[in-house]
Amino acid sequence: MELILSTVINGLSLGGIYAMIALGYTMVYGIAKMLNFAHGDIIMVGGYVIYVFMAFHNPLLAILMAVVFCVILGVVIEKVAYKPLRGASPLAVLITAIGISYLLQSLAQIIFGSANKMVTVYDFGSVTFLGATVQVSALVTLGVTVIVMAALTLFVKYTRIGRAMIAVSEDKGAAQLMGINVDGIITVTFAIGSALAALAGLFYLLKAPSISSTLGAMPGIKAFTAAVIGGIGSIPGAMLGGLLLGIVECISYKITVIAPYTDAIEFSILIIILLVRPTGFLGKKRREKV
Amino acid sequence: MALLEVNNLEVYYGVIAAIRGISFEVNEGEIVTLIGANGAGKTTTMQSVVGLIPKRGGTVTFDGKDITHTPCHKIVHQGMTQVPEGRRIFQELTVYENLMMGAYSMKDSSGFKNDIEAVYTRFPRLSERRGQIAGTLSGGEQQMLAMGRAIMSHPKLLMLDEPSMGLSPLLVDQVFEIIKDINRDGTTILLVEQNAGKSLAISDRAYVLENGRIVLTGTGEELASSEMVQKAYLGG
Repeated sequence: MELILSTVINGLSLGGIYAMIALGYTMVYGIAKMLNFAHGDIIMVGGYVIYVFMAFHNPLLAILMAVVFCVILGVVIEKVAYKPLRGASPLAVLITAIGISYLLQSLAQIIFGSANKMVTVYDFGSVTFLGATVQVSALVTLGVTVIVMAALTLFVKYTRIGRAMIAVSEDKGAAQLMGINVDGIITVTFAIGSALAALAGLFYLLKAPSISSTLGAMPGIKAFTAAVIGGIGSIPGAMLGGLLLGIVECISYKITVIAPYTDAIEFSILIIILLVRPTGFLGKKRREKV
Repeated sequence: MALLEVNNLEVYYGVIAAIRGISFEVNEGEIVTLIGANGAGKTTTMQSVVGLIPKRGGTVTFDGKDITHTPCHKIVHQGMTQVPEGRRIFQELTVYENLMMGAYSMKDSSGFKNDIEAVYTRFPRLSERRGQIAGTLSGGEQQMLAMGRAIMSHPKLLMLDEPSMGLSPLLVDQVFEIIKDINRDGTTILLVEQNAGKSLAISDRAYVLENGRIVLTGTGEELASSEMVQKAYLGG
Protein backbone atom coordinates (compact mmCIF):
# COMPACT_ATOMS: atom_id res chain seq x y z
CA MET A 1 0.00 0.00 0.00
CA GLU A 2 2.72 2.46 1.01
CA LEU A 3 4.71 1.39 -1.98
CA ILE A 4 1.77 1.97 -4.29
CA LEU A 5 1.10 5.41 -2.83
CA SER A 6 4.69 6.60 -3.12
CA THR A 7 5.01 5.14 -6.62
CA VAL A 8 1.87 6.89 -7.78
CA ILE A 9 2.98 10.22 -6.32
CA ASN A 10 6.44 9.91 -7.82
CA GLY A 11 4.89 8.81 -11.10
CA LEU A 12 2.53 11.77 -11.20
CA SER A 13 5.38 14.09 -10.33
CA LEU A 14 7.65 12.72 -13.06
CA GLY A 15 4.67 12.66 -15.40
CA GLY A 16 4.04 16.30 -14.57
CA ILE A 17 7.56 17.15 -15.71
CA TYR A 18 7.06 15.19 -18.92
CA ALA A 19 3.73 16.91 -19.45
CA MET A 20 5.34 20.31 -18.93
CA ILE A 21 7.91 19.57 -21.65
CA ALA A 22 5.38 17.84 -23.88
CA LEU A 23 3.26 20.99 -23.82
CA GLY A 24 6.12 22.87 -25.46
CA TYR A 25 6.40 20.25 -28.20
CA THR A 26 2.71 20.01 -28.81
CA MET A 27 1.95 23.74 -28.83
CA VAL A 28 4.79 24.50 -31.22
CA TYR A 29 3.69 21.61 -33.41
CA GLY A 30 0.06 22.72 -33.32
CA ILE A 31 0.84 26.30 -34.22
CA ALA A 32 4.06 26.33 -36.26
CA LYS A 33 3.51 22.78 -37.62
CA MET A 34 7.11 21.82 -36.83
CA LEU A 35 8.83 19.41 -34.46
CA ASN A 36 11.24 21.45 -32.38
CA PHE A 37 13.76 18.81 -31.41
CA ALA A 38 15.89 21.44 -29.69
CA HIS A 39 13.11 21.85 -27.13
CA GLY A 40 14.59 19.29 -24.69
CA ASP A 41 17.87 21.16 -24.62
CA ILE A 42 16.13 24.29 -23.36
CA ILE A 43 15.62 22.27 -20.15
CA MET A 44 19.38 21.82 -19.89
CA VAL A 45 19.99 25.53 -20.55
CA GLY A 46 17.47 26.36 -17.83
CA GLY A 47 19.34 24.04 -15.48
CA TYR A 48 22.67 25.72 -16.16
CA VAL A 49 21.21 29.20 -15.70
CA ILE A 50 19.91 28.06 -12.31
CA TYR A 51 23.37 26.63 -11.53
CA VAL A 52 25.03 29.96 -12.42
CA PHE A 53 22.62 32.14 -10.45
CA MET A 54 22.62 29.84 -7.42
CA ALA A 55 25.99 31.53 -6.77
CA PHE A 56 23.81 34.22 -5.16
CA HIS A 57 22.10 31.59 -2.97
CA ASN A 58 18.69 32.86 -3.97
CA PRO A 59 16.55 30.08 -5.48
CA LEU A 60 13.75 32.42 -6.58
CA LEU A 61 16.17 34.70 -8.41
CA ALA A 62 17.79 31.70 -10.07
CA ILE A 63 14.42 30.32 -11.21
CA LEU A 64 13.31 33.71 -12.50
CA MET A 65 16.54 34.16 -14.45
CA ALA A 66 16.22 30.66 -15.89
CA VAL A 67 12.70 31.39 -17.14
CA VAL A 68 13.69 34.78 -18.60
CA PHE A 69 16.82 33.44 -20.25
CA CYS A 70 15.03 30.43 -21.74
CA VAL A 71 12.19 32.55 -23.07
CA ILE A 72 14.65 34.87 -24.81
CA LEU A 73 16.65 31.92 -26.11
CA GLY A 74 13.54 30.16 -27.43
CA VAL A 75 12.32 33.28 -29.21
CA VAL A 76 15.74 34.02 -30.70
CA ILE A 77 16.12 30.43 -31.96
CA GLU A 78 12.73 30.70 -33.63
CA LYS A 79 13.58 34.02 -35.28
CA VAL A 80 17.07 33.11 -36.40
CA ALA A 81 16.80 29.42 -37.26
CA TYR A 82 13.16 28.52 -37.94
CA LYS A 83 11.47 31.62 -39.27
CA PRO A 84 13.60 31.81 -42.44
CA LEU A 85 12.52 28.22 -43.14
CA ARG A 86 8.80 28.85 -43.06
CA GLY A 87 7.44 27.22 -46.17
CA ALA A 88 10.55 25.06 -46.58
CA SER A 89 10.31 21.26 -46.56
CA PRO A 90 9.57 19.74 -43.14
CA LEU A 91 12.77 17.74 -43.42
CA ALA A 92 14.90 20.91 -43.67
CA VAL A 93 13.20 22.28 -40.55
CA LEU A 94 13.67 19.00 -38.69
CA ILE A 95 17.38 18.86 -39.54
CA THR A 96 17.78 22.48 -38.45
CA ALA A 97 16.10 21.69 -35.13
CA ILE A 98 18.44 18.74 -34.55
CA GLY A 99 21.35 21.01 -35.46
CA ILE A 100 20.24 23.58 -32.89
CA SER A 101 19.96 20.78 -30.33
CA TYR A 102 23.61 19.76 -30.88
CA LEU A 103 24.68 23.40 -30.95
CA LEU A 104 23.17 24.04 -27.52
CA GLN A 105 24.70 20.86 -26.06
CA SER A 106 28.12 21.70 -27.47
CA LEU A 107 28.00 25.28 -26.27
CA ALA A 108 27.11 24.07 -22.78
CA GLN A 109 30.03 21.65 -22.89
CA ILE A 110 32.42 24.41 -24.03
CA ILE A 111 31.24 26.78 -21.31
CA PHE A 112 30.75 24.40 -18.39
CA GLY A 113 32.96 21.44 -19.30
CA SER A 114 31.83 17.86 -19.66
CA ALA A 115 31.88 16.92 -15.96
CA ASN A 116 28.56 17.05 -14.12
CA LYS A 117 27.96 20.15 -12.02
CA MET A 118 26.26 19.77 -8.67
CA VAL A 119 23.67 22.28 -7.56
CA THR A 120 21.15 22.07 -4.75
CA VAL A 121 18.41 24.58 -5.43
CA TYR A 122 16.47 23.90 -2.28
CA ASP A 123 16.22 20.91 0.03
CA PHE A 124 12.58 20.32 0.86
CA GLY A 125 13.28 17.08 2.76
CA SER A 126 10.70 14.32 2.86
CA VAL A 127 7.44 13.54 4.61
CA THR A 128 5.83 10.33 5.72
CA PHE A 129 2.24 10.17 4.66
CA LEU A 130 0.01 7.14 5.37
CA GLY A 131 3.19 5.19 5.99
CA ALA A 132 4.73 6.14 2.65
CA THR A 133 7.84 8.31 2.52
CA VAL A 134 7.66 10.88 -0.25
CA GLN A 135 10.09 13.62 -1.27
CA VAL A 136 8.42 16.99 -0.71
CA SER A 137 10.03 18.20 -3.93
CA ALA A 138 7.92 15.62 -5.80
CA LEU A 139 4.78 17.08 -4.22
CA VAL A 140 5.92 20.61 -5.06
CA THR A 141 6.58 19.55 -8.66
CA LEU A 142 3.17 17.97 -8.87
CA GLY A 143 1.48 21.02 -7.36
CA VAL A 144 3.22 23.52 -9.62
CA THR A 145 2.49 21.38 -12.67
CA VAL A 146 -1.21 21.24 -11.88
CA ILE A 147 -1.33 25.01 -11.41
CA VAL A 148 0.61 25.72 -14.60
CA MET A 149 -1.55 23.36 -16.64
CA ALA A 150 -4.76 24.85 -15.30
CA ALA A 151 -3.46 28.36 -16.00
CA LEU A 152 -2.43 27.42 -19.52
CA THR A 153 -5.79 25.81 -20.26
CA LEU A 154 -7.62 28.92 -19.05
CA PHE A 155 -5.21 31.16 -20.98
CA VAL A 156 -5.84 29.36 -24.26
CA LYS A 157 -9.59 29.20 -23.78
CA TYR A 158 -10.37 32.61 -22.38
CA THR A 159 -7.81 35.16 -23.55
CA ARG A 160 -7.61 36.96 -26.87
CA ILE A 161 -4.12 35.64 -27.57
CA GLY A 162 -5.12 32.14 -26.50
CA ARG A 163 -8.04 32.06 -28.90
CA ALA A 164 -5.79 33.46 -31.61
CA MET A 165 -3.50 30.49 -30.94
CA ILE A 166 -6.37 28.07 -31.55
CA ALA A 167 -7.29 29.94 -34.72
CA VAL A 168 -3.70 29.85 -36.04
CA SER A 169 -3.37 26.15 -35.24
CA GLU A 170 -6.52 25.44 -37.22
CA ASP A 171 -6.07 27.64 -40.28
CA LYS A 172 -3.24 30.15 -40.68
CA GLY A 173 -4.81 31.86 -43.69
CA ALA A 174 -8.22 32.30 -42.09
CA ALA A 175 -6.50 33.51 -38.90
CA GLN A 176 -4.71 36.22 -40.88
CA LEU A 177 -8.04 37.26 -42.36
CA MET A 178 -9.21 37.88 -38.79
CA GLY A 179 -6.31 40.29 -38.40
CA ILE A 180 -4.18 37.89 -36.36
CA ASN A 181 -0.42 38.38 -36.63
CA VAL A 182 0.62 34.76 -37.18
CA ASP A 183 4.33 35.45 -36.64
CA GLY A 184 3.52 37.15 -33.36
CA ILE A 185 1.47 34.16 -32.20
CA ILE A 186 4.30 31.79 -33.12
CA THR A 187 6.68 33.93 -31.05
CA VAL A 188 4.33 33.77 -28.06
CA THR A 189 4.09 30.00 -28.46
CA PHE A 190 7.86 29.56 -28.42
CA ALA A 191 8.07 31.86 -25.39
CA ILE A 192 5.51 29.84 -23.43
CA GLY A 193 7.08 26.53 -24.41
CA SER A 194 10.54 27.74 -23.36
CA ALA A 195 9.28 29.04 -20.02
CA LEU A 196 7.74 25.63 -19.32
CA ALA A 197 11.02 23.96 -20.31
CA ALA A 198 12.90 26.19 -17.85
CA LEU A 199 10.54 25.05 -15.09
CA ALA A 200 11.11 21.45 -16.14
CA GLY A 201 14.84 22.10 -15.75
CA LEU A 202 14.20 23.28 -12.22
CA PHE A 203 12.17 20.17 -11.40
CA TYR A 204 14.98 17.93 -12.68
CA LEU A 205 17.43 19.69 -10.39
CA LEU A 206 15.03 19.21 -7.47
CA LYS A 207 14.85 15.50 -8.25
CA ALA A 208 18.59 15.01 -8.68
CA PRO A 209 20.95 17.94 -8.03
CA SER A 210 23.32 17.22 -10.90
CA ILE A 211 23.51 18.74 -14.37
CA SER A 212 25.35 17.97 -17.59
CA SER A 213 25.04 19.10 -21.18
CA THR A 214 22.86 16.12 -22.06
CA LEU A 215 20.39 16.65 -19.21
CA GLY A 216 17.60 17.53 -21.64
CA ALA A 217 18.16 14.84 -24.24
CA MET A 218 16.29 11.89 -22.72
CA PRO A 219 13.51 13.93 -21.09
CA GLY A 220 13.06 15.67 -24.44
CA ILE A 221 12.55 12.38 -26.25
CA LYS A 222 10.29 11.03 -23.48
CA ALA A 223 8.19 14.18 -23.54
CA PHE A 224 7.98 14.03 -27.32
CA THR A 225 6.76 10.44 -26.91
CA ALA A 226 4.21 11.66 -24.38
CA ALA A 227 3.01 14.37 -26.78
CA VAL A 228 2.51 11.84 -29.57
CA ILE A 229 0.76 9.34 -27.27
CA GLY A 230 -1.61 12.06 -26.10
CA GLY A 231 -2.12 13.32 -29.65
CA ILE A 232 0.36 15.81 -31.03
CA GLY A 233 -1.11 19.30 -31.24
CA SER A 234 -3.52 18.67 -28.35
CA ILE A 235 -2.86 20.46 -25.05
CA PRO A 236 -4.88 18.11 -22.83
CA GLY A 237 -3.33 15.27 -24.81
CA ALA A 238 0.18 16.38 -23.82
CA MET A 239 -0.89 16.47 -20.16
CA LEU A 240 -2.47 13.03 -20.35
CA GLY A 241 0.44 11.51 -22.27
CA GLY A 242 2.98 12.99 -19.86
CA LEU A 243 1.22 11.73 -16.74
CA LEU A 244 0.69 8.30 -18.26
CA LEU A 245 4.32 7.95 -19.22
CA GLY A 246 5.53 9.14 -15.80
CA ILE A 247 3.39 6.60 -13.96
CA VAL A 248 4.40 3.76 -16.29
CA GLU A 249 8.06 4.68 -15.79
CA CYS A 250 7.83 4.73 -11.99
CA ILE A 251 5.87 1.49 -11.79
CA SER A 252 8.25 -0.22 -14.16
CA TYR A 253 11.26 0.87 -12.06
CA LYS A 254 9.71 -0.76 -8.99
CA ILE A 255 9.36 -4.17 -10.63
CA THR A 256 12.82 -5.70 -10.53
CA VAL A 257 12.40 -8.02 -13.51
CA ILE A 258 11.40 -5.35 -15.98
CA ALA A 259 13.17 -2.35 -14.45
CA PRO A 260 16.14 -2.47 -16.85
CA TYR A 261 13.73 -2.38 -19.81
CA THR A 262 11.80 0.67 -18.64
CA ASP A 263 12.76 2.92 -21.57
CA ALA A 264 11.98 0.14 -24.04
CA ILE A 265 8.57 -0.34 -22.41
CA GLU A 266 7.78 3.36 -22.71
CA PHE A 267 8.75 3.53 -26.37
CA SER A 268 6.82 0.31 -27.04
CA ILE A 269 3.71 2.04 -25.75
CA LEU A 270 4.34 4.73 -28.35
CA ILE A 271 4.63 2.15 -31.12
CA ILE A 272 1.47 0.36 -30.00
CA ILE A 273 -0.46 3.63 -29.81
CA LEU A 274 0.77 4.63 -33.26
CA LEU A 275 -0.41 1.28 -34.63
CA VAL A 276 -3.79 1.28 -32.93
CA ARG A 277 -4.61 4.98 -32.90
CA PRO A 278 -2.19 7.01 -35.04
CA THR A 279 -3.65 10.34 -33.89
CA GLY A 280 -2.90 9.54 -30.22
CA PHE A 281 -5.50 9.54 -27.44
CA LEU A 282 -6.86 13.04 -27.91
CA GLY A 283 -5.45 13.92 -31.32
CA LYS A 284 -7.92 15.10 -33.89
CA LYS A 285 -8.45 13.62 -37.26
CA ARG A 286 -8.14 16.34 -39.84
CA ARG A 287 -11.48 16.72 -41.46
CA GLU A 288 -11.24 16.96 -45.21
CA LYS A 289 -12.48 20.28 -46.49
CA VAL A 290 -15.34 19.93 -48.92
CA MET B 1 -11.61 58.21 -55.57
CA ALA B 2 -11.58 54.47 -55.72
CA LEU B 3 -11.60 52.60 -52.41
CA LEU B 4 -9.52 49.80 -53.92
CA GLU B 5 -7.23 50.34 -56.86
CA VAL B 6 -5.32 47.44 -58.37
CA ASN B 7 -2.72 48.38 -60.92
CA ASN B 8 -0.95 45.95 -63.20
CA LEU B 9 -1.01 43.16 -60.63
CA GLU B 10 1.13 40.13 -61.40
CA VAL B 11 1.15 36.88 -59.41
CA TYR B 12 3.28 33.85 -60.10
CA TYR B 13 3.25 30.34 -58.72
CA GLY B 14 6.90 29.44 -59.13
CA VAL B 15 7.62 30.23 -62.77
CA ILE B 16 4.00 29.98 -63.85
CA ALA B 17 2.13 33.24 -64.31
CA ALA B 18 -1.29 33.08 -62.68
CA ILE B 19 -2.14 36.77 -62.98
CA ARG B 20 -0.59 38.61 -65.92
CA GLY B 21 -0.87 42.28 -65.11
CA ILE B 22 -4.48 43.09 -64.30
CA SER B 23 -5.90 46.46 -63.28
CA PHE B 24 -9.29 47.14 -61.77
CA GLU B 25 -10.89 49.33 -59.18
CA VAL B 26 -13.72 49.24 -56.69
CA ASN B 27 -15.40 52.51 -55.75
CA GLU B 28 -16.91 53.20 -52.39
CA GLY B 29 -20.41 51.78 -52.06
CA GLU B 30 -20.21 49.57 -55.15
CA ILE B 31 -20.70 45.87 -55.67
CA VAL B 32 -18.05 44.75 -58.15
CA THR B 33 -17.78 41.20 -59.45
CA LEU B 34 -14.95 39.29 -61.04
CA ILE B 35 -16.35 36.48 -63.14
CA GLY B 36 -14.42 33.83 -64.95
CA ALA B 37 -14.04 30.11 -65.44
CA ASN B 38 -12.22 27.74 -63.13
CA GLY B 39 -8.51 28.54 -63.16
CA ALA B 40 -8.98 32.03 -64.62
CA GLY B 41 -7.24 33.52 -61.57
CA LYS B 42 -10.14 34.86 -59.55
CA THR B 43 -9.16 33.38 -56.19
CA THR B 44 -5.50 34.18 -56.80
CA THR B 45 -6.44 37.81 -57.43
CA MET B 46 -8.48 37.98 -54.22
CA GLN B 47 -5.82 36.33 -52.09
CA SER B 48 -2.98 38.45 -53.40
CA VAL B 49 -4.95 41.69 -52.97
CA VAL B 50 -5.60 40.89 -49.29
CA GLY B 51 -1.96 39.87 -48.83
CA LEU B 52 -2.34 36.13 -48.33
CA ILE B 53 -0.12 35.33 -51.30
CA PRO B 54 2.78 37.49 -52.50
CA LYS B 55 2.58 39.76 -55.53
CA ARG B 56 5.25 39.65 -58.21
CA GLY B 57 4.52 43.08 -59.65
CA GLY B 58 2.06 45.95 -59.72
CA THR B 59 0.55 48.01 -56.93
CA VAL B 60 -2.53 47.84 -54.73
CA THR B 61 -3.94 50.95 -53.10
CA PHE B 62 -6.65 50.73 -50.46
CA ASP B 63 -8.38 53.70 -48.90
CA GLY B 64 -5.62 56.01 -50.16
CA LYS B 65 -2.78 53.89 -48.77
CA ASP B 66 -0.33 51.72 -50.69
CA ILE B 67 -0.83 48.19 -49.37
CA THR B 68 1.17 46.34 -52.02
CA HIS B 69 3.62 44.95 -49.49
CA THR B 70 1.51 45.16 -46.34
CA PRO B 71 1.06 41.80 -44.55
CA CYS B 72 -2.46 40.39 -44.53
CA HIS B 73 -3.24 40.93 -40.85
CA LYS B 74 -2.39 44.64 -41.12
CA ILE B 75 -4.56 45.03 -44.21
CA VAL B 76 -7.43 43.55 -42.20
CA HIS B 77 -6.83 46.12 -39.47
CA GLN B 78 -7.11 48.81 -42.15
CA GLY B 79 -10.63 47.68 -43.00
CA MET B 80 -10.52 45.03 -45.70
CA THR B 81 -11.44 41.42 -45.14
CA GLN B 82 -12.43 38.38 -47.07
CA VAL B 83 -14.84 35.49 -46.87
CA PRO B 84 -12.45 32.93 -48.32
CA GLU B 85 -13.24 30.21 -50.80
CA GLY B 86 -14.49 27.14 -48.96
CA ARG B 87 -15.55 29.37 -45.99
CA ARG B 88 -12.67 28.27 -43.77
CA ILE B 89 -14.52 28.78 -40.53
CA PHE B 90 -12.77 27.54 -37.38
CA GLN B 91 -14.23 24.05 -37.22
CA GLU B 92 -13.36 23.32 -33.61
CA LEU B 93 -14.66 26.57 -32.18
CA THR B 94 -18.31 27.29 -31.49
CA VAL B 95 -20.39 29.63 -33.62
CA TYR B 96 -20.07 32.28 -30.93
CA GLU B 97 -16.28 31.87 -30.70
CA ASN B 98 -15.98 32.11 -34.48
CA LEU B 99 -17.82 35.42 -34.41
CA MET B 100 -15.55 36.50 -31.59
CA MET B 101 -12.53 35.76 -33.79
CA GLY B 102 -14.13 37.92 -36.45
CA ALA B 103 -13.97 40.86 -34.05
CA TYR B 104 -10.29 40.21 -33.29
CA SER B 105 -9.10 43.31 -35.15
CA MET B 106 -11.52 45.64 -33.34
CA LYS B 107 -9.58 47.88 -31.01
CA ASP B 108 -12.66 48.90 -29.11
CA SER B 109 -14.52 45.96 -27.60
CA SER B 110 -17.48 48.00 -26.35
CA GLY B 111 -19.42 47.49 -29.57
CA PHE B 112 -18.98 43.73 -29.48
CA LYS B 113 -22.35 42.91 -27.90
CA ASN B 114 -24.23 45.06 -30.40
CA ASP B 115 -22.25 43.71 -33.32
CA ILE B 116 -22.90 40.11 -32.40
CA GLU B 117 -26.60 40.81 -31.86
CA ALA B 118 -26.67 42.45 -35.31
CA VAL B 119 -25.16 39.31 -36.82
CA TYR B 120 -27.70 37.14 -34.98
CA THR B 121 -30.50 39.34 -36.32
CA ARG B 122 -29.17 39.10 -39.85
CA PHE B 123 -28.61 35.34 -39.53
CA PRO B 124 -31.24 33.95 -37.12
CA ARG B 125 -29.92 30.45 -37.79
CA LEU B 126 -26.58 31.39 -36.19
CA SER B 127 -28.39 32.69 -33.14
CA GLU B 128 -30.10 29.32 -32.68
CA ARG B 129 -26.78 27.54 -32.98
CA ARG B 130 -24.50 29.93 -31.15
CA GLY B 131 -23.13 27.28 -28.78
CA GLN B 132 -22.68 24.62 -31.45
CA ILE B 133 -19.25 23.52 -32.72
CA ALA B 134 -18.93 25.18 -36.12
CA GLY B 135 -17.64 22.05 -37.87
CA THR B 136 -21.02 20.40 -37.33
CA LEU B 137 -22.98 23.10 -39.17
CA SER B 138 -24.45 22.47 -42.62
CA GLY B 139 -22.79 24.03 -45.67
CA GLY B 140 -25.31 26.87 -45.84
CA GLU B 141 -24.95 27.62 -42.13
CA GLN B 142 -21.17 27.60 -42.48
CA GLN B 143 -21.43 30.15 -45.29
CA MET B 144 -23.65 32.32 -43.08
CA LEU B 145 -21.12 32.00 -40.28
CA ALA B 146 -18.21 32.93 -42.57
CA MET B 147 -20.11 36.03 -43.68
CA GLY B 148 -21.15 36.91 -40.15
CA ARG B 149 -17.58 36.46 -38.94
CA ALA B 150 -16.30 38.77 -41.68
CA ILE B 151 -18.71 41.62 -40.94
CA MET B 152 -17.83 41.51 -37.23
CA SER B 153 -14.73 43.55 -38.13
CA HIS B 154 -16.79 46.33 -39.78
CA PRO B 155 -14.86 46.13 -43.06
CA LYS B 156 -14.95 49.04 -45.48
CA LEU B 157 -14.36 46.50 -48.22
CA LEU B 158 -15.69 42.96 -47.97
CA MET B 159 -14.41 40.45 -50.48
CA LEU B 160 -16.37 37.26 -51.00
CA ASP B 161 -14.83 34.33 -52.83
CA GLU B 162 -17.44 32.00 -54.34
CA PRO B 163 -20.02 32.45 -51.59
CA SER B 164 -22.62 30.42 -53.49
CA MET B 165 -20.39 27.41 -54.05
CA GLY B 166 -21.97 24.10 -53.09
CA LEU B 167 -25.23 25.60 -51.88
CA SER B 168 -28.79 24.65 -52.85
CA PRO B 169 -30.57 27.08 -55.24
CA LEU B 170 -32.73 28.38 -52.43
CA LEU B 171 -29.70 29.16 -50.28
CA VAL B 172 -27.88 30.72 -53.23
CA ASP B 173 -30.70 33.24 -53.59
CA GLN B 174 -30.54 33.91 -49.88
CA VAL B 175 -26.78 34.48 -49.97
CA PHE B 176 -27.10 37.02 -52.80
CA GLU B 177 -29.89 38.79 -50.91
CA ILE B 178 -27.64 39.04 -47.86
CA ILE B 179 -24.76 40.42 -49.94
CA LYS B 180 -27.08 43.11 -51.34
CA ASP B 181 -28.22 43.83 -47.82
CA ILE B 182 -24.71 44.17 -46.40
CA ASN B 183 -23.88 46.52 -49.29
CA ARG B 184 -26.97 48.61 -48.61
CA ASP B 185 -25.77 49.07 -45.04
CA GLY B 186 -22.66 50.77 -46.38
CA THR B 187 -20.08 48.05 -47.03
CA THR B 188 -18.35 48.02 -50.40
CA ILE B 189 -18.30 44.55 -51.95
CA LEU B 190 -15.85 42.76 -54.23
CA LEU B 191 -17.31 39.46 -55.31
CA VAL B 192 -15.82 36.52 -57.13
CA GLU B 193 -18.33 34.11 -58.62
CA GLN B 194 -18.83 31.34 -61.06
CA ASN B 195 -22.54 31.96 -60.87
CA ALA B 196 -22.30 34.81 -63.39
CA GLY B 197 -26.03 35.35 -63.85
CA LYS B 198 -26.87 35.91 -60.18
CA SER B 199 -23.78 37.96 -59.45
CA LEU B 200 -24.08 40.25 -62.47
CA ALA B 201 -27.68 40.93 -61.48
CA ILE B 202 -26.62 42.49 -58.18
CA SER B 203 -23.38 44.12 -59.43
CA ASP B 204 -22.78 47.74 -60.27
CA ARG B 205 -19.80 46.79 -62.37
CA ALA B 206 -17.98 43.61 -63.31
CA TYR B 207 -14.79 42.35 -64.88
CA VAL B 208 -14.32 39.16 -66.87
CA LEU B 209 -11.11 37.31 -66.11
CA GLU B 210 -9.59 34.82 -68.56
CA ASN B 211 -6.21 33.14 -68.14
CA GLY B 212 -4.99 35.77 -65.72
CA ARG B 213 -6.08 38.74 -67.84
CA ILE B 214 -9.10 41.01 -67.78
CA VAL B 215 -10.79 40.62 -71.13
CA LEU B 216 -13.98 42.59 -70.65
CA THR B 217 -15.46 45.12 -68.29
CA GLY B 218 -18.67 47.04 -67.92
CA THR B 219 -21.73 47.48 -65.75
CA GLY B 220 -23.47 44.38 -64.46
CA GLU B 221 -26.26 44.89 -66.99
CA GLU B 222 -23.93 45.46 -69.92
CA LEU B 223 -22.00 42.31 -69.23
CA ALA B 224 -25.12 40.24 -68.60
CA SER B 225 -26.34 41.18 -72.07
CA SER B 226 -22.97 40.88 -73.80
CA GLU B 227 -22.83 38.12 -76.34
CA MET B 228 -19.45 36.90 -75.17
CA VAL B 229 -20.49 36.60 -71.54
CA GLN B 230 -23.77 34.92 -72.48
CA LYS B 231 -21.95 32.33 -74.55
CA ALA B 232 -19.19 31.61 -72.08
CA TYR B 233 -20.77 32.02 -68.66
CA LEU B 234 -24.53 32.16 -68.91
CA GLY B 235 -25.03 29.09 -71.06
CA GLY B 236 -26.78 31.21 -73.67
